[in-house]
Amino acid sequence: MDVNEVPQDPKNFKGAENLKKLMYATDKDGKYTGVVSSGWEAENAATKQAWDDVDENLAKTEAQVRAGELSPIAYYMEKNLMELSLLAKYVGKWQWQVKRHFKPSVFNNMDATLLQKYADVFNITTEELKSFGK
Amino acid sequence: MSTNNFVHKQHAHCESGVTANLLTHHGLPISEPLAFGIGAGLFFAHIPFVKVSGTPGTTFRTWPGAIFKRVAERLEVKVHTEKFSNPQKANAALDMALEAGKPVGMLSSVFYLPYLPEAFRFHFNAHNLIAYGKENGLYNISDPILEDVATIDPEDLAKARFAKGTPEPKGFMYYINDIPKSVDFNKAIKAGIKQTCFFMLSPPLPWFGNKAIGLLAKKIKGYPTKLTPRKASLYLGNIIRMQEEIGTGGAGFRYLYAAFLQEASEMMKRDDLAQFSTELTKIGDDWRNFAYYAARQMKNRSGDIVSYDELSDLLNVCGTKEKDLFQRMQKIKW
Repeated sequence: MDVNEVPQDPKNFKGAENLKKLMYATDKDGKYTGVVSSGWEAENAATKQAWDDVDENLAKTEAQVRAGELSPIAYYMEKNLMELSLLAKYVGKWQWQVKRHFKPSVFNNMDATLLQKYADVFNITTEELKSFGK
Repeated sequence: MSTNNFVHKQHAHCESGVTANLLTHHGLPISEPLAFGIGAGLFFAHIPFVKVSGTPGTTFRTWPGAIFKRVAERLEVKVHTEKFSNPQKANAALDMALEAGKPVGMLSSVFYLPYLPEAFRFHFNAHNLIAYGKENGLYNISDPILEDVATIDPEDLAKARFAKGTPEPKGFMYYINDIPKSVDFNKAIKAGIKQTCFFMLSPPLPWFGNKAIGLLAKKIKGYPTKLTPRKASLYLGNIIRMQEEIGTGGAGFRYLYAAFLQEASEMMKRDDLAQFSTELTKIGDDWRNFAYYAARQMKNRSGDIVSYDELSDLLNVCGTKEKDLFQRMQKIKW
């Protein structure tokens, strides 16, 4: 890639425009040099798609929490870009236990210590966790 | 406390960037491409059955930690590395090293680094950064992918260093203790190139090295019939991100490696390495071409079989050319 061909397509979402990264390209004598790039259309589209997917899933889960089908834990797990396996590691539980905590009936009877543990992992208060979707 | 005169320089990739900045600080000036090549950073793997955030794992680089370790070994630099059982011990050890005037490299999860834009903060646990001081309760951070230095709260840093998942950094930190009086760069370059050729050509399993490029090409051919259009788009998007998003220097580290070969050719006065560099630059352009069309296919989501076939062919071009290049490079008479 020629230094003049290094794309400068800014990524205008979620603060990405604030990060300009270094690319390696060749100058007119074929010598490699570092060039700062704002982004590239192809790569921007891929990043954007990954986030759109997250947002779409999150909206679905939020609706399910509001409808009383899932507990707020399912929502905050996705909001923190976690999968069941990762969340289970963070709270020190088995995956099937975390899955059980997705049930509103189980969540509503959760003891304060465990609730606090989840809130800490999600970086919110227990109040925020309990009241979400109400 | 602050390590004196630490100079932050932006690089393309976190680990080779940290390696270059640390060595340069300790009086052994080295470019990022040189660190990347000596550390044999270039690789390829596609492991369909290991899913990362729901998409098959693809990587263009060697495993985390390998670059720094190999560069240190090959240049006979004495380093200290340590893992910790808890954040308190990890932060205490970090403070002690900084008191002693040493900039410290660390593994971290990008998800817990507030100074990075949200767009890039996924659960990726193998990000390298340097702390070079502590002022007013905040650590001074040199993150090689950033143009400028940053700061971070000790609590946030502890979270980033003790992220869970795969891999788990467990507070891993490293710093340089001693630089040898003289360094044999030629020997180190040779070892690095030999290792890269070996890792690209020799793995007997289909998921690693050059073979895996062909495997991915084959898989892409099957996307329109085996996956929903949405899944196929996400899978393609993930390949593009691994190849181009932050930290590869373009074309999945191919340009960075070509820059290394060029620098090596000048240091060793070898025209053959310059020739390989020029060739790899062109192959890098082929990878970019693949990413360009993959992005178009991804946005279009039509599940058009012809396009997926074409993408697969574009990828096979990269794989075939690289195989030939590494086979010839492996036969270099040193």
